[in-house]
This record gives sequence, C-alpha cells and structure tokens, in this order.
Amino acid sequence: MADSAAIPNEAETSSKWGSFAFAPEYKAKADMYIGRYPAGRQQSAVMALLDLAQRQVGEETQTQGWLPVPVIEYVSGYLGMPYMRTYEVATFYTMYNLAPVGRYHVQVCGTTPCMLRGSDDIIAACKSRGLLKGATTPDGMFTLTEVECMGNCASAPMVQINDDNYEDLDHSSMTAILKGLAEGKQPKVGTQLPGRHTVEPYGGATTLHAMVDKNHDYRGEY
Amino acid sequence: MLADKDRIFTNLYGYQEFALKAAQARGDWDKTVDLMKVGQDAIIEEVKASGLRGRGGAGFPTGMKWSFMPKAPTPERPNFLVINADESEPGSCKDREIIRHDPHKLIEGALIAGFAMRARAAYIYIRGEYIFEAKVLENAVAEAYSAGLLGKNAAKSGYDFDVFVHRGAGAYICGEETAMIESLEGKKGQPRLKPPFPAGAGLYGCPTTVNNVESIAVVPTILRRGAAWFKSFGRENNHGTKLFQISGHVERPCVVEEEMGIPFFELIEKHCGGVRGGWDNLLAVIPGGSSVPLVPAAMMMDVPMDFDGCKAVGSGLGTAAIIVMDKSTDIVRAISRLSYFYKHESCGQCTPCREGTGWMWRVMEKMRTGNAEIGDIDTLYDVTKQVEGHTICALGDAAAWPIQGLIKHFRPEMERRIHEAKGDNMLEATE
Repeated sequence: MADSAAIPNEAETSSKWGSFAFAPEYKAKADMYIGRYPAGRQQSAVMALLDLAQRQVGEETQTQGWLPVPVIEYVSGYLGMPYMRTYEVATFYTMYNLAPVGRYHVQVCGTTPCMLRGSDDIIAACKSRGLLKGATTPDGMFTLTEVECMGNCASAPMVQINDDNYEDLDHSSMTAILKGLAEGKQPKVGTQLPGRHTVEPYGGATTLHAMVDKNHDYRGEY
Repeated sequence: MLADKDRIFTNLYGYQEFALKAAQARGDWDKTVDLMKVGQDAIIEEVKASGLRGRGGAGFPTGMKWSFMPKAPTPERPNFLVINADESEPGSCKDREIIRHDPHKLIEGALIAGFAMRARAAYIYIRGEYIFEAKVLENAVAEAYSAGLLGKNAAKSGYDFDVFVHRGAGAYICGEETAMIESLEGKKGQPRLKPPFPAGAGLYGCPTTVNNVESIAVVPTILRRGAAWFKSFGRENNHGTKLFQISGHVERPCVVEEEMGIPFFELIEKHCGGVRGGWDNLLAVIPGGSSVPLVPAAMMMDVPMDFDGCKAVGSGLGTAAIIVMDKSTDIVRAISRLSYFYKHESCGQCTPCREGTGWMWRVMEKMRTGNAEIGDIDTLYDVTKQVEGHTICALGDAAAWPIQGLIKHFRPEMERRIHEAKGDNMLEATE
C-alpha cells in the first residue's frame, strides 16, 4: 500500500464505514467472482472482493479508494472467513490501500529499467507539481508512490495513475499529464511518444509490416 | 532474421484488433478440434518433440512437465492448469503484449494444454497492475464462451473445459508457482516447501501444472505447424522462437519475436537501432531480467541469446528481458535499485531472505556512495552466498546473483568509490 497519510482514528472510521455493504452492481460482480471457484473454496475470491470493496469506497469518496477495517470485516463476513485471514491478504499485497489516498494515485515505477530511462525526471516532475513521495497533496487530488516494476519496460519510464498507464514519459509529458488531471481532463493514455503505437521500435516496426494497415493472414506464405 | 511468416505473435504490436473474429482471421481457433483429436498423449509427445522449454525463466521442458500429471484424475480430485501471467520480473514485458493484443492464442493454448494434461479448468493468474490487460483477457474469455470454444464440449471436442481469470494485487513473489497457488486459494502469497510438487498436490491439494503465458500461447501454432517446424529454429536444446524484450540504453527499446540463439549484437542492431551513443558506449547487459547476473560489454557481443548461450557467460536467459546499460550508467546504483526491489518483494517467510535482502540493500547503498571499507565488499559477497540456496524459493538466489555479478565484474569500480569517498588519491599513492 501507499506509505501515505495516517489511518483515521478508529471511532471516525467505524462511524463512517461501519454499515458498509456492496452496492447492487458490486454485489453482482462479487458473486460472479465467487462462482469462478469450486464450491466451498470461496476464499479464493478474497482478492477480487477486496479490490471491489476498495473501488466502491473509492467511488463513495471520489478517490482511488482504500480499505477501512469495517470494510475488511464486511468482506470477511461475505466469504465466511476469519477476519485475520482477510487482514493478512489485505496487508500482504501492495495494491490494497490501508490508508486514504487522493483522487489520483500516482504510482511512478522506479525500478532499474525505468530508472535507466529517466524515472528520476518523472519523480522530479511530480515534485515540481507539489507531489511528494508517500504523501497526498493538501487539496486531496494526488498521492505519490514510488512502485516496483510494472512490466512496461520497453516503453519506460512509466506511471500508473489509478487504472491508466502512461508510458515513454519525460519531464514535460509527465508535467502535462498531472496538469491535465488537475484541470479535470483525461490525458491520452499509453505511450506519450508521438507516432509510437505500442512497443514496436520507435520510428517504425522492424517486423510484421503487413500487419500495420490490415489484419494480415500469414498462413498463405507457409 | 526470422521471416514474418514464421512469427507466432503476428499481432504483437496491437495494430489490429484482439477480438475473436480478427484472431480467427489470423488463424487462431482454426479447427482446434483436429489438433485435439490426435489424443492427449500424442499432444504431449508433439510438444516434447518440439523442444519447447518453459518461457517463464527456468527453461524446464514444457512437454515433460505436462507428462507428470496424473493420467486418470477423479471428479473429486481433478487436475488443474494454472497459467502464470504474474509478469513482474524487472525487464519483462512480453506476457502483457500477448494478453492485450493476442489473447486468443493464450486461451486456445489453455484449452489444448488443459486437455492434454487432463485438467478440468485453467486459472489465468494475471498480475493486479495489468488492469487494462485483465479487461481485455476477460472480454476474450467471454467471447470464447459465447462462441462455444470453452465450457461444455469446448470447441466441439467433446471435452468440458473452463478458463477463469484471477487477478493478483501486487506481489512479485506470486510469480513463484507455489506462492501463486497459495494466492489462488485466497491466502498471502508465500511459497510452499517442495515436495510435494504441484503435479502431486497443488491448487486445493489437486494435481496442478503451472505454465508461463508464452509457453501456453505458442502451443496451438506448434501443433498446427508441427514440432519439426518449431525445432528448426535455434540450436540443439534451445529451440523455437522467443519474445525478446529490450529495455534500457538502446536507441529504440522494443519487444520483438526472434529465433532463439540470435546473437546479442544482431538482435540489438536490427531491432533496436544499436546502443545509445554507439557500441563503444556499451557498459554491461543484464540478459534475462533482474534476477540474472550482469555481463560486461566485451563478453556480451557475440552471445547467442538462448539458455545455453547466456549460461556460458555466467548469466541466464531468464525471460529474455534484456536490460542494456551504457557508460553513463551508475552501475552500482542500477544494481542497488534491484536490491531494493528484492527487499520490497521478499515475502518474509525465510530469515535469510527477509533479513538478508534488507541488509544487502543497505550495504549496496553504502557501496553506491563509497561510504564503506574495502573489506565490506568481501563481507557483502559472503552474505550473498549465505542467502543463496538457503531459502524455500528462488527469490533469495535472485537477490544474491545481481550483487555477485556486480562484484565479479565491477569490483574495481566499487573500490574506486570507496577510495574516492575517503579522499585517497590512487594516482598519488602509487608515485
């Protein structure tokens, strides 16, 4: 989870979240996930349900969401698991936020492949917009976390902001993305290099040219 | 260079749609039932004959792995296939491209592989951070169900088979097969002691095989074109085509499918436009993802990019995630950052790893600034040797090897920093 703001005090948390329950659309999804596992193995769905719960909290608070203790208790009850087994899962995986985060959770990858391509500049761009590692901006808009390899190494450096990846960043494109989000706009996701499609070599693929313009079937050439 | 017609992942860059209709037009799901008709053991034999070795890093022969599964599972204790899409090894970014651009190759492969190993269902464990990719995969699976390619009488084969997507939530260790099984069961992802191996007792205590995304996704094409076709690429014991992922200081980083054994120089020159600042500017290469030792430039140029080729220079092919570093790189920091990664990702179960990864990172940070004694380098090396081989899973080894590689090849640089920090002037001292 984000090494961020302190968890609100217990009384406040319980009064706000004590009556948490899945909204109908979240409940439908939760039951669909549980259905993916054999009867009696509903514990397998705990990761999916914690994610759903965090998303519902996010929707209600207009943030990325987090997991207050009563919400974790609710998920435990939903699956018939001891609270501690659910808490173990919630604390083990980094994507569950155990403290509130901002509207946008800015997760900058800082692992070596991104570092080599300039993730220091991305962190610096965040800093110049007032984002500090492990903290939420006073207006509640942004929480900055440095995360470990996100698997976008051929389009590094990258950042994941809530559900979207922004790749091939530099100081100015990162600044523009943060500025856009602050102004309520949706920046272009994916690579920020003009003319690059995904992870082909920048400037044009060296292979599979026939695929660029049409859905080519190579079987005729075997 | 591999001809385009011999590439398996023709929609690698996503210029075209991932959807079922487009995938079928490219050749996926074409008479899948005929591939299955030959029978379960014949499929396993064909995969064995193709020389396919696991694409997740360890390189274990895929067909042989399948043959460990019980031949007559019971309904109470079914076989399971688990597909490892928890791609988290720094440098690795190939499964993401398969999933978001060619998911039907994976799903068709899951059916065929699952059938061959007599599995009841496949769980695709995709890393939590691949949010968009998981949505694409869910869509593709739903399409396959609607078209009758999965579920009861899947693809009219007479075989019932389900594919389920399971999202992770941010833990590198879940890429380890037994940690993945724990995580699938709804627990924290801490690796299990082996034996029992998953083929004996895996998911829910049932026989389970865990395969990498790429290993499964290439299977339909291997069966369609024949084991001999796949085997015609690469050197003995290192056959087939492979997705290479090149990151770091090359002119144009990319993911590209090539023949196994392509020389390092040729791969980088042809597809990445060479090293940034020219080949003389190359410092070192990590050829297989963060877990393998780095190789200095001079040793790397002619290395055939396959399992044995990388092993011969004291490293490994791993996932073929090639991290290139030029002479502007602070090499100690580059490795220290990997040490931080392993510290962050240690599951905390085994003491050598839990304590050792943090200790190694702290000492690596001292090495970065030179705030250490020369003897500390030897102590650091000793500690990596104590962590290596003394943990349940390979994360301890993976944390130790990059540091060992650094000391082996860049000890003079580490010593220089220590002298510099102390204010020693080496040149004066030798006068």
